[in-house]
Amino acid sequence: MIAPGDEAGVAEAVRAAHAAREPLAIEGRGTKRAMLRPVQAARTLSTRGLTGITLYRPTELVISARAGTPIPEIEAALAEHNQQLIAEPPDTRALFGVEEPATLGGVVGANLSGPRRITWGAMRDHVLGIRAVNGTGEVFRSGGRVLKNVTGLDLCKLLTGAHGTLGVLTEITLKVLPRGESSGSLVLRVADIASGVRALSAALGTPYGVSGAALLPEGHGAMQGCLAIARIEDFAESVTYRLDRLRAELAAHGEAALLGREASEALWRDIRDAAPLNPAPEEAVWRLSLAPSRAPAACAALRQAFDAKLLLDWGGGLVWVAGPATEAAHGAVMQAAAGGSFTLFRGPDALRAAVPVLPAEPLPLAAIGARVKSVLDPAGILNPGRLRA
Amino acid sequence: MISLPEPKPEILARRASILADLARLLPADAVIGEEIRLRPYETDGLSAYRQMPLAVVLPRTTQEVAEVLRYCHANEIRVVPRGAGTSLSGGALPLADAVVIGLMRMNRIREINFEDRYAVVEAGVTNIGITKAVEGEGFFYAPDPSSQLACMIGGNVMMNSGGAHCLKYGVTANNLLGVTFVTIEGEVVEIGGTHLDAAGYDWLGLITGSEGQLGMVTEVTVRILRGPEGARAMLAAFDSVEVAGKAVDAIIGAGVIPVALEFMDKPCIHACEAFAHAGYPLDAEAMLIIEVEGSQAEQDMLLGRIRDICAQFKPISMKLAESAEQSLAIWKGRKGAFGAVGRISPDYLCMDGTIPTGELPFVLRRIGEMSTQYGLGVANVFHAGDGNLHPLIMFDANDPESFRKAEAFGADILKLCVEVGGCLTGEHGVGVEKRDLMTAQFTARELDLQRDIKSAFDPGWLLNTAKVFPLEGNARIAA
Repeated sequence: MIAPGDEAGVAEAVRAAHAAREPLAIEGRGTKRAMLRPVQAARTLSTRGLTGITLYRPTELVISARAGTPIPEIEAALAEHNQQLIAEPPDTRALFGVEEPATLGGVVGANLSGPRRITWGAMRDHVLGIRAVNGTGEVFRSGGRVLKNVTGLDLCKLLTGAHGTLGVLTEITLKVLPRGESSGSLVLRVADIASGVRALSAALGTPYGVSGAALLPEGHGAMQGCLAIARIEDFAESVTYRLDRLRAELAAHGEAALLGREASEALWRDIRDAAPLNPAPEEAVWRLSLAPSRAPAACAALRQAFDAKLLLDWGGGLVWVAGPATEAAHGAVMQAAAGGSFTLFRGPDALRAAVPVLPAEPLPLAAIGARVKSVLDPAGILNPGRLRA
Repeated sequence: MISLPEPKPEILARRASILADLARLLPADAVIGEEIRLRPYETDGLSAYRQMPLAVVLPRTTQEVAEVLRYCHANEIRVVPRGAGTSLSGGALPLADAVVIGLMRMNRIREINFEDRYAVVEAGVTNIGITKAVEGEGFFYAPDPSSQLACMIGGNVMMNSGGAHCLKYGVTANNLLGVTFVTIEGEVVEIGGTHLDAAGYDWLGLITGSEGQLGMVTEVTVRILRGPEGARAMLAAFDSVEVAGKAVDAIIGAGVIPVALEFMDKPCIHACEAFAHAGYPLDAEAMLIIEVEGSQAEQDMLLGRIRDICAQFKPISMKLAESAEQSLAIWKGRKGAFGAVGRISPDYLCMDGTIPTGELPFVLRRIGEMSTQYGLGVANVFHAGDGNLHPLIMFDANDPESFRKAEAFGADILKLCVEVGGCLTGEHGVGVEKRDLMTAQFTARELDLQRDIKSAFDPGWLLNTAKVFPLEGNARIAA
């Protein structure tokens, strides 16, 4: 493993690999090695040596940090000023069975967003600027450190979610926001997934600024049954008022309970991290992105195909699925995701190497994608095979 | 003066046959070739620049757009996409050898889904048209550029438009789910859809704000949001720009994100007051308009907090709207700012740089100094929460020297924005206007990487040629 201590070292390592036509696995702390396809590379280039917050201006709502900075370090710095990462990225340590925390580069490279995505946008929506090293070892920048910027092509978007296949992120600037002064949740016991999604759609159709809308088909802890949960984060007076209004407006959707701040925060940490899914070690995990109203049929189809464990977030628009790590189960997931998108989030190497881990792209886009890849990584040395065979 | 590439003589020579070909591809009324009917297309919102196009086509369907692009690609004819032509950076300025593809006839709303909170609309639907279609159910489309009555969603996608409310709701990119995209080869591709996140490369994010460099968008799926219970504005006036800036920092530092936070300097306050009679404080050096949302009680609570924060900075005056009418009055001056400045100066250039908000006092002071140096007036109005400045440089278009000075003044302001850590454009786009300043923000190699990405979509550089990227050092445009 190569783990340079600065950006110049990363550029040097990539230049050498490019000259030798030697593929590199790109990672931070390697927490997502079991995500998507196994990378075909003899050597690993890690950004774990690039750490530290380089700029933080709470009143300008921006923070910059080197790509290898662990997420908890960034969250702690933000918490000191009562601010937070807007997209609320999941902590995937338990899912991937790793000890080390994810890095900023890893979370941005994977465009990982949590519950707040439904209201406040995805991780990629908050990436204001990047520094990166392309596949020939050149350092380049895109974006900047201001909240609004439409200067030139937005390569931040292109690299966010590219899983290191178009460049090695070395530094990232994010928009951040104040943390709500308080928070709380409305928990509705609903009959089934379909009525749960309807309840969440109703909640998201109110003027109360619901910032989390999840569905736990098997309950959670002491709360039994199928649960639809809506979260409010705001000033204390607003949280009280809005939860009351929400409870009144959703009364017809099911028996309701309110969770105070602590219980609500603990529950949403679990939802963010997909903890209620609780997959067995040998099981695979998928994430499906769908229009919420399509989720109930997708869930029904999955349950018919295999013993699917399910957790829904984003008002039903995000379906976490756990089940047997087989090609048959994967085929059922692909089918259920038709009209939306899917990711094989976790699984044994053999399965991840054998199946498409993302939906196929339309042919003209695939052709453009190949040309874009060859612009940024002409020798194809960055994370080969990570996204597609 | 901005130069355009030399038109290709072989294309100009074939004009008649190209028009005839286009008329075969499209219904007769969709092709415009006579000079008198081409005239309205010779410029966009940046009216300092004019150029008659080769032809204009007004397709009604995605298939027709694809036909035209396929034809232009096969015949190496340049293409200029155009929405409502409200671009303030010359993004839709024609070229003499280019076919302008206008979106205004693609103005149907295809689907509205309140349960899944999206609307599918054709690219020529106006921004306000989307909100009009959904407001009956209490919903709205969030990005609200000042031109929202006229501008089209397809143009919004191309420019990644913002507006006064994007501090809270984000810009166009944050409010899209999918687009129908036509490549220069005439291939129709669906990107994204009705779901939130697609796995794989973020083509939707790359296309948004690409200023017509990568392809054309013909249909757009946008997120629609349920509106708040209500909204109310307040004014706070200060006797110095620095103090007003500190008040902005203190509001955000206290964890209050108003839905809008607008900043006006003295010349702008005077121009707006003379126009709108909104009751603005004429003795102030700087004024903030702050809007909050929620129930009546929540508005009271938030405005109370903000008033207490502002009070620490010894404002000259503060005015909290008591009603929706009073809020409208406060906004009336701001919304009419550009028109108001138009009344006190024969012409103005509206700049659009973004700066880190901490640099605000320094930047406004420097702009004031430059104003003296160039002998041209300037009024400043901007979105204080996100640092997006709109200095309005006043000049006289009938005096070429005055225009030259205004351009040089504008370029200096934008370079200053970059120097303090900001950027050349926050929402208007690069277009032709800021094209030659791109080297101030990007290295030659960074610009080349962007050009190579464009080439991956448009190898022949037919799409909106001569916009965004400087001509100098651009081997791909045979000038």
